[in-house]
Formats: sequence, structure tokens, C-alpha cells
Amino acid sequence: MERFIEDALSEWMKGEGPDSDIVISSRIRLARNLTNYPFPMLATNQQSEQVLGKVSDVIHAEDLKMLSHFERIPLSEINELESKVLVEKHLISPNLAEESRNGAVILSENESISIMINEEDHIRIQCLFPGFQINEAYELANQIDDIFEEKLNYAFDEKRGYLTSCPTNVGTGIRASVMLHLPALVLTQQINRILTAVSQVGLAVRGLYGEGSESLGNLFQISNQITLGQSESEIIHNLYSVVKQIIEHERSARAKMLTESRTFLIDRVNRSYGTLSYAAIMDSKEAAQRLSDVRLGIDLELISNVSANVLNELMIMTQPGFLQQYAGKKLSTNERDVTRADMIRERITT
Amino acid sequence: MICQECGEKPATLHFTKIVNGEKTEFHLCESCAREKGDSIPGAPNGFSIHNLLSGILEFEPAMGQNIKQQKKVIRCENCGLTYSQFRKIGRFGCSSCYNHFSGQLDPLLKRVHGNSVHVGKIPIKSGGKIQFKRQIKDLKKELQSKIDHEEFEEAARLRDEIRDLEQKISEV
Repeated sequence: MERFIEDALSEWMKGEGPDSDIVISSRIRLARNLTNYPFPMLATNQQSEQVLGKVSDVIHAEDLKMLSHFERIPLSEINELESKVLVEKHLISPNLAEESRNGAVILSENESISIMINEEDHIRIQCLFPGFQINEAYELANQIDDIFEEKLNYAFDEKRGYLTSCPTNVGTGIRASVMLHLPALVLTQQINRILTAVSQVGLAVRGLYGEGSESLGNLFQISNQITLGQSESEIIHNLYSVVKQIIEHERSARAKMLTESRTFLIDRVNRSYGTLSYAAIMDSKEAAQRLSDVRLGIDLELISNVSANVLNELMIMTQPGFLQQYAGKKLSTNERDVTRADMIRERITT
Repeated sequence: MICQECGEKPATLHFTKIVNGEKTEFHLCESCAREKGDSIPGAPNGFSIHNLLSGILEFEPAMGQNIKQQKKVIRCENCGLTYSQFRKIGRFGCSSCYNHFSGQLDPLLKRVHGNSVHVGKIPIKSGGKIQFKRQIKDLKKELQSKIDHEEFEEAARLRDEIRDLEQKISEV
């Protein structure tokens, strides 16, 4: 339990995935509900307690144990700061952290599997993989889904599919998403054109932390919008082929910049590296931008003395919840900016 | 541009509200936007898919439906949620809502997904029958095309296959 909160980088993130110079992670989320219980929004305390119990019991299923050791963390047993850290690691949703009643999360040892209970739906199965492995993530999520279905009674309708609290998830209940680092497309101002095109083929684009926030550090999350009337494989294939094209565009933009504006690039990534190495005050927005520059520098082999893993780690560790966990107390915005700079200096220069 | 609320941090959220031709602009930093979140769509935490959905749903009376019919209260008998409550919050109360509101759902789901019928995964345990039914439907289509092309040997094989499946359904 402590490890989930203290380590910034989930075990799964330390692995290399395909196309990991551009794709940070691939994620599948399946929304499922139990029949005979109201959705969490309308469930009484007693009902949501029963749902929690039933879903938690599946943790003892032999098939599940064969995949990994799992640990269950009820949200009531951790404090606000700790749940914030889990949000920043993408292991739980802000919604589960802030609004759930009898909410809990079941985490696998390497944190690549997280199963949320009593979020907007009774069950949300999530699988996270490093790099571009959306098919692999679906296979695992599908396997877990089968194990849960064997032990529980899912709300399923022949016509509408898996029934969910929100009509935007009904049908397959699937949300497939890919987190991309697209600095060259942003720098060459091609990003808006591409993102507009993406949204026209039924996919959604979001900033780093999901709904509502602007993109920080050139990170974009692309996911499917449609969950009904298409099969899981169609949905994933559609996302896969669009992302594949974006990766190609980003690669060629990087290659072009490297030949046409090499000096500009070297100047930019090293300035950011210098700032991160020496600054004493760093707000989250600047940190995100500078870390993005350095990451680009590493990917293009312009910077060699920092590892990509340190960058991944810092992207998580410089978020407010983690900083405060690290400091061991609540911090004001100004204090956070100082702690953030300290932490970055420490990690990036060793 | 500096945040108009705290006057300190740079504004990262720009929002223009036009109500009845009256224009109001907001330029806020992230933390101030978070505080004002409820009143400003697009602010972090303030604007969710549910707001958007209820927006879509609110337009329904204008879609040519009988106004009188709209006034009749449609209620889910299982959880008690009314259709107008659903329209407001954009979320169902329980899985039975799908049945009780079924008359209203097709246009909504088509607007959201471009479709209203599930074609994806079917659960193994509770969906055994449905799986067979879907197979039969596909086979019948194939059978018709074989007959159209006068491939009667193939058609006979398909007919037997369909019969087997129908037998299985009655056993489930």
C-alpha cells in the first residue's frame, strides 16, 4: 500500500514499449455494472456497501491470482493527499477520489491493472501499458472482464449492450486511450490541424489530466468517443490507425527540425535542461514545458546524461499531490514551486 | 494576459459567454478557474460530459415531438428516476432505466454514438443465448445470399447449422 503512494513511477511504466519515444502509455477502461443494484449515484449506503463486498470478493478468484497479486484499497482508509497521489499516477479517477461512496480500488502488484469500485459505474477495469500497446492492454482487460463476469451478474441488454450510468459509455463500455508526447507538431504549429482532423473521425483529444484541462507539456490523450454500434476491435483499430499516422507526422516533424533548425533545437533543449538543473522556483506549467523540451532532447539524442525514466518520473512527481506527499505536509502554491524546483534539481543532475 | 481574478498569475482559461447578445469575457488562471468552476464551463472540474449531455437532451422538445406527450411524467419504476431528472443530470439511475426510457433513447443514443444498437462483446455467462441468436441472424443472411446465387448445397449446410443453433437455444 505504501509503495503505491511513495513511488512516483509505477513498475509498469519502467518498461519500454513500442514507439515509446512518442507514445507514453496506452490505456483501456471497461465500464461494467451489476444487475439488481442501482448505479452508484442512486445507491443507498447499504447497497453500495454490498456492491463493494461482492466485487471485492473476486480478488480471491484463482484465475485472477494467476495474473498478479492484488491489493484492495478502500478510499475511506487513505487520506486526501494519498488519494491525490493515486490520481496523479492515473491509478484512480478524480471522480473516485472526490465523490465516491464506499469507493475502493484494486491494484495489481506492478500497478498496470486497476479496478475501481463504486465510481460512476459499479466496476471500472483499467489496464495501463507503456508505449503503444493498445491491443495488448485490451487483451488483458478483456481477460479480467471475463473473470469478473464469471463471478458476478453484469447488467447487460441484448440491444444496448453493457448498461452504464452515463449514456456516453453504453454498449461496449470501452474507453481506449493513448497518451502522446507531440512537441515537434506543437513547435511547427501543425498540431491544431491534426487535432481537428482527429476529432472529425469520432475520437476525442484531451490534455494531460483528462476532462477540461489544457494540454501541459505537449502531452495529448487521444481516445474513442463512440462506444455503441461498433465492436471493441473496430474501436481499437480505428484509434490504432489514427495514432499510427500521428506518430509518423511527429517523427517527420522531428526529423525535419533536426536537419533544418538543429541549432535552434539544441539551444532550446539545453536552455530547458539548464533551467531545470539550476532554477530555485518552478511552477507546474514551466516544469511541464521544460520537461517536455528535455524529453525531446533525449529522444533526439541531443542530451545524453539524463534517462527517459527520470523524465517520466518527474512528470508525475512534480504534480501538487505528489510534491506534498514528498514534503510530508500541505504546501502553499509558492512553497510547492520551491519544492518542485528542489526535487527536479536533485533528480536531473544525479 | 494576467488573471482578472487574482491579478497575479497568467490567465490560462479564456471564456466568452454570450447570453441574449450580451457578451461577458473571463480571463482566469487555473486556480481561480477551479474556484469559479461551477459557473464557467470549460474550467477544470466545472464542465463535464454530463453538462454537455443534458444540453443535448434539453433540445429534445424542439425535435418535433408532441408537447403534450412530453408533459406526461416518465419514471423508472425500479429506481424512481424521472426522465426529466435524467435529462438534467445526464445519467441513468439504474439498469432498468434503459427499459423504462426506451421509447426516448433511440434518438439520444443516435446523436451521441451515431447508432443505437450494440454489436460488441457479449458476456459469456449471461449472454449465451444472445450469442447464438446473433450467429443465427448472420447465418440467415448468408443463407439468403446462397439461395440468391443458387448455391443450394452450401445453403443446405447453412440451414442445418441454423437448425443446430436453434436447438441449442431451446436447451439453454
